[in-house]
Amino acid sequence: MTTTPFWRRYARFFGPDPAADVKDELAFHLQAKTDDLIRQGLSPDAARREAERQFGDFRAVQRVGQQIGQKTEKRKRIADYWSDLLHDVRYTFRTLRRDPGFTAVSLLILALAIGSNVAVFSVVNTILLRPLPFPHSEELVWIAPPPSECGWSCATYSADAYEEFSSMSRAYQGVTGYEAFTTPENFRLTGHGEPVPATGMEVIGNFFQVLGVQPMLGRLFTAEEARSGALIGGSSGESVTLLANAYWRRQFHSDPNIVGKAIELSGTPVTVVGVLPESFDYGAVFAPGAKADLFVPVSLDKERMWGNIVTLIGRLKPGVTVAQALDDANRVTPDMYFNVKYADSKGRYKGNVVPVPLKEYVTGKLHRSLIALWFAVGTILLIAGVNLSNLLLARSAARAKEFAMRGALGASRGRIIRQLLMESLVLSGAGAILGLGLAYAVIRWLAHQGSLALPLLNSLRVDSQVVGWTVLVAIVTAMIFGLLPGLRMASGNLQEILKDSGAGAGLGRKHERIRAVLVISEIGLACVLLVSAGLLLRSFSKVLEVDLGFQPEHASSTNVEYDDSAPSYEQSVAKRAAIFQQVVTRISAIPGVQAAGISDYLPLGPNRSWDTPVPKGKVFAPGELPEPLVYVITPGFLRAMGIALKGRDFTWADGPKSERVIIINASMARRFWPGEDPVNKILMRGDEQDRVVGVVDDVHEETVESNLGAQVYYPCTQQGPSRAQLVVRSSLPPATLAPSVLRALRELNPNQPASEFRPIRTIVDRAVSPRRFFMLLVAAFAGLGLLLATLGIYGVISYSVTRQTSEIGVRMALGATAGRVQRQVLANTLRLTGIGIVIGTVMAIVVSKAIASLLFATSPWDFASYLGMAVALLVVAVASGYIPARRASGINPMVALRNN
Amino acid sequence: MDPSKLEFLRGTLDVLILKSLVWGPQHGYAITNFILRQSDDALLVEEGTLYPALWRLESKGLLSGEWGLSENNRKAKFYRLTTEGRRSLRQEIKTWQAYAAAVAKVLAATQLPEPEEA
Repeated sequence: MTTTPFWRRYARFFGPDPAADVKDELAFHLQAKTDDLIRQGLSPDAARREAERQFGDFRAVQRVGQQIGQKTEKRKRIADYWSDLLHDVRYTFRTLRRDPGFTAVSLLILALAIGSNVAVFSVVNTILLRPLPFPHSEELVWIAPPPSECGWSCATYSADAYEEFSSMSRAYQGVTGYEAFTTPENFRLTGHGEPVPATGMEVIGNFFQVLGVQPMLGRLFTAEEARSGALIGGSSGESVTLLANAYWRRQFHSDPNIVGKAIELSGTPVTVVGVLPESFDYGAVFAPGAKADLFVPVSLDKERMWGNIVTLIGRLKPGVTVAQALDDANRVTPDMYFNVKYADSKGRYKGNVVPVPLKEYVTGKLHRSLIALWFAVGTILLIAGVNLSNLLLARSAARAKEFAMRGALGASRGRIIRQLLMESLVLSGAGAILGLGLAYAVIRWLAHQGSLALPLLNSLRVDSQVVGWTVLVAIVTAMIFGLLPGLRMASGNLQEILKDSGAGAGLGRKHERIRAVLVISEIGLACVLLVSAGLLLRSFSKVLEVDLGFQPEHASSTNVEYDDSAPSYEQSVAKRAAIFQQVVTRISAIPGVQAAGISDYLPLGPNRSWDTPVPKGKVFAPGELPEPLVYVITPGFLRAMGIALKGRDFTWADGPKSERVIIINASMARRFWPGEDPVNKILMRGDEQDRVVGVVDDVHEETVESNLGAQVYYPCTQQGPSRAQLVVRSSLPPATLAPSVLRALRELNPNQPASEFRPIRTIVDRAVSPRRFFMLLVAAFAGLGLLLATLGIYGVISYSVTRQTSEIGVRMALGATAGRVQRQVLANTLRLTGIGIVIGTVMAIVVSKAIASLLFATSPWDFASYLGMAVALLVVAVASGYIPARRASGINPMVALRNN
Repeated sequence: MDPSKLEFLRGTLDVLILKSLVWGPQHGYAITNFILRQSDDALLVEEGTLYPALWRLESKGLLSGEWGLSENNRKAKFYRLTTEGRRSLRQEIKTWQAYAAAVAKVLAATQLPEPEEA
């Protein structure tokens, strides 16, 4: 064999061709044989024929050859591909290692951007996208009247109504509910030394069957237990309970033999029939931020006299829609009684039975906030992508020669783009791993925020969907920031780049223009985030400024146990009054306590109403007057809560035999006695006459942001409170106060459990926690956006100073002062920022209109938010432009010119 | 002996091809000629067998093919032993010789061997 002749280099110019190779090879064989045969004396024709004869089936051999050739070729291509890829990856790692500053900064940006995206996605996924944690949860509906002013009492149904509704409705597989007025720590667990408070939910017996919750240990309530209910505090009957998983683990140390054992609840022996699974968290679904320790079947017979008491939850029959269920409800309600004993209570629920999907009830209010959050975090991703695009462009400008050289040495454009994309993918992949770690930490933390009143947070976790989202985000990010520099790089004119050195270079200028556009869009996006955050921040501060009607500072509350059982109602009232008076007197006497008092319900929690009283001597159309919320309080409570009072407070002398007295709130005064002084007016409740002795400020009852309705306060000496919440006002810190208060309560009643002593502030904090959560997150994203924008501005200005070093040098040599050069650079910075702010403001106006419904007492045009955004951006722009400006003014003209 | 009557034992052709490339790259026609001449015209490798075998060896990586010019200046595909091919050849020769020796021993037997101690 001789050396490869030059023409061979072009033989397979258009790529390998195994079929032609086979043909050529076999043709050569025939030719060689023919030549030999001719040499042996055959005529050329005969020789050719003989050669072909000896060869046999030429085509068959050729076919075999082609097959093998194709297979080999394919294998080779795959092997090449992988080895190229491996090479690219190795090369990428090498280049990234060579530039640790760039790598660290971009990894940090990516980790923050991807991490926040993943964390927010998992929140959105948990709360909005995933179905509720019940089997066939789409069948579950929440059944309640449309929202009204009178609180929980108007959002619930009577025991009779429940029974009638569930037997007459045809749309449901089952209807259940729970006692809506259960308050935290309503039981005390005794028999294990010191009594411990416990929160027990009273649920309708079939509650878990309807939700589809299976017990982890033991069984659910039987129909018999459901009917008789548990009579905690009473003495009769076989009472049963189901333990929540967390409570079983915490209080009973995961005792595997708990089922069948009796525990003592508020003095009543109760048999544990089962333990609920970990996946069922009552609070997470029905009462965000609260918890339930155990469940007892509610006795409907006992509740029958109490009026509206249960909330309803139904499981629709398969295929029944919510609209059909509503039709069904409208068919049933005219025949539904409030109380079957009273014929005139028939049809009272007309129009007041509206099923909505349970999911919507649980998470509907958060829908807009979460979507807004999702957009905010998506904007962060965009800003981060643009920022990295910018960094990569700066880098690729520096590496332009490297790529030009590779191009000149034969690397194809595709190959170079692939190399650049590989770098982006490796970066964003590494960033995604870091981000996932970050998100994991955030998610872990969030899932254990018991005081954050957001539903379903307990089921927040990093699952396959979250990981899938991370991968998606990482790839999209890599595309955003990798493609533009890649395309720019590969499309450059090789010669131009190789010639391009420093001053006045065309490509450098073009690059700079692109980078300026990128920075402007970054600033614009940051604007949107800053304005949104500003608006939410303003809303939040407005919420905090809301006059709650009471003073949460320096007040704390705790649950007081008392035993008012007595043979007759009158005796019971007297006994309770005596106990309450003792408690209040005793607690008020503790040094440092300014005021103490008891109420059965506290603001911003559960509440109830009784009926609609009417002012004596006035006529109102039915339905014109609201049903006021009812509070049964002791003297001193208003002072302890810091509720301003006009008129007089109740006294211990307002007894069962003296005149009935009440205190009403300002809203009620306005509605019932418009334009008159309500003090000393008489309010009629049926035959009962109540004299108004005082008027108090409106207290925010359900939420801080809601409108205010009518409220009425009764003295505990004349009406029956449903429990006792002691409120203590003191300048001492609650932690210092708690032991002496508990000791005093224990002395009065040895059964007093070690109930939590919580500052009233925490109740307010919990009520505003969702708003604070969203505000903090959006503010954090805005901060991140601002930081990224700063980085972008700095990068561009710094690069342009570097590029113009010699130009600046010339200008300084020609007499420009350092101050002038500095001003020039700063002006450049401000020009970019200015354009960005103008564009951003326009976008922000559009966005703020979209989030207007999330704002509280704040206009989407809020000037302060826009001004704050502009000031913040200008300040960081000047700061980030100042460093390169200093550098520019420090350029030594001699050095700059010599270097060129 | 009529060369066409001597059938190739399975695997024999591969080792012969490898062997014929020990002294340097060859094209297919030269390989047939080498085997024919070296076996004193006893082994004729047919084209229909030779080329598929060559291609298979190439795709296994024992041979590498490359184009060059034949003695009379024709474009021909030359095969060269790869390192892998050389290693395989050494192995195959050993196996083959051991096999041949064993077969020869058996065929050279003149009498029944003594029965072994039971």
